[in-house]
Amino acid sequence: MERRALFGGKTLPYMLLLPQFAIVVVFFYFPAGQAVWQSLLMEDAFGISTEFVWFENYQLLAVNPEYYKTMTTTAVFSFLVAFLSLSCGLLLAVMADKQIKGATIYKTMLIWPYAVAPAVAGVLWLFMFQPSLGMLAKMLRSWGIDWNPLLNGNHAMILVVLAATWKQISYNFLFFLAGLAAIPKSVIEAAAIDGAKPMRRFWTIIFPLLSPTAFFLLVINIVYVFFDTFGIIDSVTGGGPAGNTITMVYKVYQDGKSGANLGSSAAQSVVLMVIVIALTAVQFKFIERKVQY
Amino acid sequence: MASVVLEAVRKVYAGGVEAVKGLSLTIPNGSFTVLLGPSGCGKSTLLRMIAGLEEISGGTVTIGSKKVNDVEPSDRDIAMVFQNYALYPHMSVYDNMAYGLRNRGTAKEEIERRVAEAARMLAIEPYLQRKPRALSGGQRQRVAMGRAIVREPAAFLFDEPLSNLDAKLRVQMRLEIRKLHNRLKATSIFVTHDQVEAMTLADQVVVMNSGKIEQTGTPLEIYRRPASIFVATFIGSPAMNLFPGTIEAPGKVRLADGTSFAYDANVFDAKIGAKVEIGLRPEDAKAGTAVPGRPKLAWEVTEELGATRLLHGTLAGSSFVLAMPADIDTPAHEIALETTPGTIHIFDPESGRSLRRA
Repeated sequence: MERRALFGGKTLPYMLLLPQFAIVVVFFYFPAGQAVWQSLLMEDAFGISTEFVWFENYQLLAVNPEYYKTMTTTAVFSFLVAFLSLSCGLLLAVMADKQIKGATIYKTMLIWPYAVAPAVAGVLWLFMFQPSLGMLAKMLRSWGIDWNPLLNGNHAMILVVLAATWKQISYNFLFFLAGLAAIPKSVIEAAAIDGAKPMRRFWTIIFPLLSPTAFFLLVINIVYVFFDTFGIIDSVTGGGPAGNTITMVYKVYQDGKSGANLGSSAAQSVVLMVIVIALTAVQFKFIERKVQY
Repeated sequence: MASVVLEAVRKVYAGGVEAVKGLSLTIPNGSFTVLLGPSGCGKSTLLRMIAGLEEISGGTVTIGSKKVNDVEPSDRDIAMVFQNYALYPHMSVYDNMAYGLRNRGTAKEEIERRVAEAARMLAIEPYLQRKPRALSGGQRQRVAMGRAIVREPAAFLFDEPLSNLDAKLRVQMRLEIRKLHNRLKATSIFVTHDQVEAMTLADQVVVMNSGKIEQTGTPLEIYRRPASIFVATFIGSPAMNLFPGTIEAPGKVRLADGTSFAYDANVFDAKIGAKVEIGLRPEDAKAGTAVPGRPKLAWEVTEELGATRLLHGTLAGSSFVLAMPADIDTPAHEIALETTPGTIHIFDPESGRSLRRA
C-alpha cells in the first residue's frame, strides 16, 4: 500500500521550493551573476562610459606581476592560518578533554575570542604589537629584536597571521572538543589495554576518529582565510607595508573601492570564487574519501 | 597465564563514595571467576581496578608475581572485553585484532598466524576485511574476544560482555565462552549481574553486595549453602522464600502460626528460643499429607512455566512461592508442605548471616 501523501499536478512542489529558491537567487546567484557580467566590462577613469571588452580584464590580470604576488601572499597566509588555528585548536581541545578541575571555566574562556569582531580582534593585536606603544613589541625590542610591522613586511605578515589564527582557534577548538566527546571512552581504554601509549593512542585511534571533524573544519577554515580575514587585514595593516599583506580578497576591495576599477575587481572576485570552489571540490574528492570509516 | 590476588583493595571516589570496601580475593591461575552482584555493588569498579583503568585507593593488586598498583594498563599483560565491544570503528576486523600485537612489536608473520588462528576458532574468517559497522552484534562480540585471545595475556577480563546481545545469542555465546575457556585454560574474570551466566560459566563465583564480598564459592556451594540472606535471595529463580520463626528445640523451628519445620541441628547452630529467619527454596517443598503441626500454604495464584508450575500464596502470614512439576494436578487451596530437614536454611535476622556451623 502506498503510504506517502500524493499530490496531483506539478505546481505544488515548485511552489514549496520557491521561498528557498528566491533567497538563493537574490543573495547568491544574482550578485555572482553581476560580478561575472561586471568582469566583462571596462569603465573609463571617470565612470562616464562603459564598454563591453570580453575577457580583457582577465588578460590584464594574467600579465600583472602584482596579482601573482597577491596570490603568493594569500597562499602563505592561508596555509599558516589554517595550519596554526587547526593544530592549536586540536591541541587545546585534547587538553580540555581531560578530566581536570575548572575544565568548564577553561573551556568558556577559550570560546570567547570567537565572539570578538574581526576588526576589533585586529585592533587588539595592532595595539599589542605597535612598535612604540605595544606591550609585546616593547618586550621583543628589549630582547634585541628590531620589531616593526609598520616597515617590515614579514613582521606585518606574522602579525596578521597571529590575529587571524587567534580568532579562529576558538571555533576549531569548539568543534574538536565536540568531536572528542563523541569518541566512546571504552574505545580509548581498549587501546590503552592493547598496549598503546598516549601518543600512539592519539595518532592511531583518536586522530582517525576525529578526521571527519578535521575535514569539515579544513573546508570552513579555507573559506575563513580567503574571505573573512578581510577585516583583520584592513584594521591591522591595510595591506601594507609596501603591499606585503595584500591578500586576494583585500585586493578585490582595494581595486574596486579605492581604485574604482570595477571591471578588474569583479574579474578578481570571479577568480577568487573559482579558486575556493576548486579547493573545496578537491578536498571533497581526495580527502573526504580517506576520512570515511 | 597467572593468578590474580587482591588484598584489602579499596576504591574511594573523589566525592567520598566508597565503591569497594577493603576486599580480598584470590583468583587461581587458570580459573574462571565470576564477579556477581546487583548494579552498583562495585563489581565493575573492581574489574577496572584490576585492568588499571581506575586508580586503586588502598590495598594491593598482584598479577602473577608482580604488584601492579602503579603499572599502566598497557603493561599489565591483561586483555579486556567490554560491554559495548569497544572495537576500533575505523579499522578492519583484522587490524582490530592485530592492533595490540603491533603495539608490542610482534613480528608480522606471528601476527598473521595468531589472528588467523583466533579467527578460525571464533568462526569470523569471512569477515576479516570488514569494518565493525558491517557486522552483527554477535559477530562484533566475537571480534572483541578475538582481539583479547590473540594477545595471549596473563588474564582475560570480561565486563558484562553478553548484556548487549539478544536472549538467544546470549545463551549461545555463553556456551562458546565456556568452551573457549576449557580450551585455553586462561585465567578469566567475568563481571555480570545475571545469575544464570554466573552459575553456568564459573569455577568460582564471587557474590558482591555494596562494595563487599558476600560469599565466594563454586556455583553449587553458593546455591546449596548460601552464607547470607542476600546470597540466598540473589541466587535462584524464583528467589528463596524467607519467613520468621523461633527455635523451639534443637532441630525444630516454629513458625508464626504455631506450626513447625524440622531442620538439621548438626548443620545450623541456633540457640533455643532465638528468633531466626527461615529460608526454603520453592523447589525444596512439596505437597504432602495433612499432619497436625505441619505448615500449610494457602495459595491464590498459579503461574505455568511449562515444565514447572508456581503457586503463589501465604505461609504463616508471609508470602511464599512453591514450585511443583506441571504434570501433577494442582491441589486444593490449602497445601500441607512436606520438606526434608536438609533443605531448611536458618539465618540470623540481625546480621543477615547464615547460622551454618563453620
